[in-house]
Amino acid sequence: MATAPPPDAGQVPDPFEGIDLADLEKSLFRPRNLFGGILTTLMFVFTIVALYPLFSVLMTVIVRGGREISMALFTELPPAAFEEGGGIGNAIVGTLIMVGLASLISVPVGIFAGIFLAEVGPESRLATFVRFSAKVLTGFPSVLAGVFAYGAVVLLTGGFSAVAGAIALSILIIPMVLLTSEEAIRMVPSRMREAAIGMGCTQAQVVRSVLLPTAFPGILTGIMLAVARAAGETAPLLFTALFSNNFVGYTSLLPVVVALVAMCVLMAMSALLPWQPRLRMLLNLGVVAAAVAGAYFFVAAFEFMEPTASLAVLIYNFSASPFENQVRMAWAAALVLVVVVLITNVVAQGLSPKQVRR
Amino acid sequence: MSTVEEPVSARPPTAGEYAANGAFRWSCYGFGALVVVLLAYIVLEIFRLGWPAMQERGLAFVVGTVWDPNRNEFGILPEIWGTLYSSLLGILIGSVLGVAVAIFLAEGFVAAGVFWVLSRFGLQYTRLWSHFPEQVETFVKTLIQLLAAIPSVVYGLWGIFVVIPAIRPMCNWIHEGLSGIPFFSTALSGPGILPAAIVLAIMVLPIITSISYEALVAVPPKIREASFGLGATRWETILGVLLPTAAPGIFGAILLAFGRALGETMALAMLVGNSNTLSLSLFSPANTIAALLANNFGEAGDREVSLLMYAALVLLIITLVVNILGSLVLQKLVVKEGKR
Repeated sequence: MATAPPPDAGQVPDPFEGIDLADLEKSLFRPRNLFGGILTTLMFVFTIVALYPLFSVLMTVIVRGGREISMALFTELPPAAFEEGGGIGNAIVGTLIMVGLASLISVPVGIFAGIFLAEVGPESRLATFVRFSAKVLTGFPSVLAGVFAYGAVVLLTGGFSAVAGAIALSILIIPMVLLTSEEAIRMVPSRMREAAIGMGCTQAQVVRSVLLPTAFPGILTGIMLAVARAAGETAPLLFTALFSNNFVGYTSLLPVVVALVAMCVLMAMSALLPWQPRLRMLLNLGVVAAAVAGAYFFVAAFEFMEPTASLAVLIYNFSASPFENQVRMAWAAALVLVVVVLITNVVAQGLSPKQVRR
Repeated sequence: MSTVEEPVSARPPTAGEYAANGAFRWSCYGFGALVVVLLAYIVLEIFRLGWPAMQERGLAFVVGTVWDPNRNEFGILPEIWGTLYSSLLGILIGSVLGVAVAIFLAEGFVAAGVFWVLSRFGLQYTRLWSHFPEQVETFVKTLIQLLAAIPSVVYGLWGIFVVIPAIRPMCNWIHEGLSGIPFFSTALSGPGILPAAIVLAIMVLPIITSISYEALVAVPPKIREASFGLGATRWETILGVLLPTAAPGIFGAILLAFGRALGETMALAMLVGNSNTLSLSLFSPANTIAALLANNFGEAGDREVSLLMYAALVLLIITLVVNILGSLVLQKLVVKEGKR
């Protein structure tokens, strides 16, 4: 364009004849472009506004909770009104125990029901009802899970207890685990299933040796997200586990819980690596560990029939406290809870199978 | 898949394996049925415990405005009003922001913006920076999802100590200037509808964003390209073509988020003020059904438990209706997309 036109250019009709090229240029002074520019700016501002609370919450929690981090925080009991120091040890133990118990109840139910929906009877009439119930339960107000557990467990056993809290939490975990495991199992390529069937596998063998190991990362993501959500739930615990100001005699359980958590982390790590046989070994190991922990929980069940502290309820109770030291404990508990929940979420999202690009 | 294992010759299953298979299948059916039974049991249990109060009070409980154990008068109309009002406000704020963020992400504004910034420095195609736009976009999506991960009780704590002090001067200034308008007729003395609605908006935003995003991405590219081909600008395409096409999905998202907001408990119990008032004012303290349950259940006697169960039943019915409507809208959408 910049070079001079060849001598015979006059014979070719100019395609831009009668068109003012400057008129076609994008200019912010034209109303429709200005409109677009304004909207783009507005969208930008809206996105910032939407993300601001996340930063604000994190900053406040880190700044106000970070001051309280010490060894005593994790080992000592919550402080009374004007008491110095203190910690949230019993709440951490209580949350771990209730969440652990709830996972033990709900993860098997969720996975089996997920297998049912994806593999055993996806077209059956029961499946329609199960899917409907799961959908209803995902949108279920968490406070109603607590109301139910109050009626079904607390009134029945005659007292607030960790078991009642765990049952309330498991109502919230089941549908999430169920729907994500269905999704994950469905994503297994059907040729793998068919190959296994062609080898003469029964359905149980197909599920155990092909579908579950392949869908494992997806299922694990669902479990981790559900458990992280349950760890932060308060409403179901308010009138099922209530609160308690002491360790309720089961500190001896802590090692088991820690071992269980470590096992989960180990499984998560192994899922990141593409070694299938080792993965399957860890899967079995995880099942064994869960079974052992479950047996132990049931043996020690009588110890759980007492009101139990939890981080979430501690935050709620102390947030309205007029005493500065209790409010500080609430912030510390919020920091612990947020850190655990966010780490679980980030790891879980890293685990989740890459979404298929449309 | 697993080439490492030793090869096994194919053979028909043994009798034991058949038996194990049968047991496995039955347990799958059993656990599936368990989920259905669980839901039925929950509804029945709440219904059973609320039944005495239902018989005793009837509809007067739903339309009564006083909650006074001493005078034996109980009504949850203010709570129903507070639940609907705070949820609607929260949804209003949340859906404006949520849909905006969904458009922003679905239309690649983030990546385009980052690319534009990079191109100012001539870095857009270098090895180190060329993936940066997509990475930033993924990062923003993750951040939005993390908003949903923060426990509601932490939002409540944050609301008490950050949101309320932050908006209070402005609210009271508005109240002084415009106290004639019913929405601003009271001063914000602490907890109230507006802080509760703001926190609710933040909590439902990720749901709205993620489902609307799916709906926007699912719009067939040819529609978008046809619109560009006709000479529409980017925003004319978004407002005139993409949003109307994705509208059912966005509507479903908003309904589901509404259901979530109705049942949200802790943030509201901490921020709404727990006062039995029926007011249009944004700054007045109020109460919601969920908050009523959370605050009164722990120390309720037998009679009150039954009343609270009745209230829980009302909440259950409201949320069930909204949630089922929401999933129906979304389900219809999926069916339609399947046909396309």
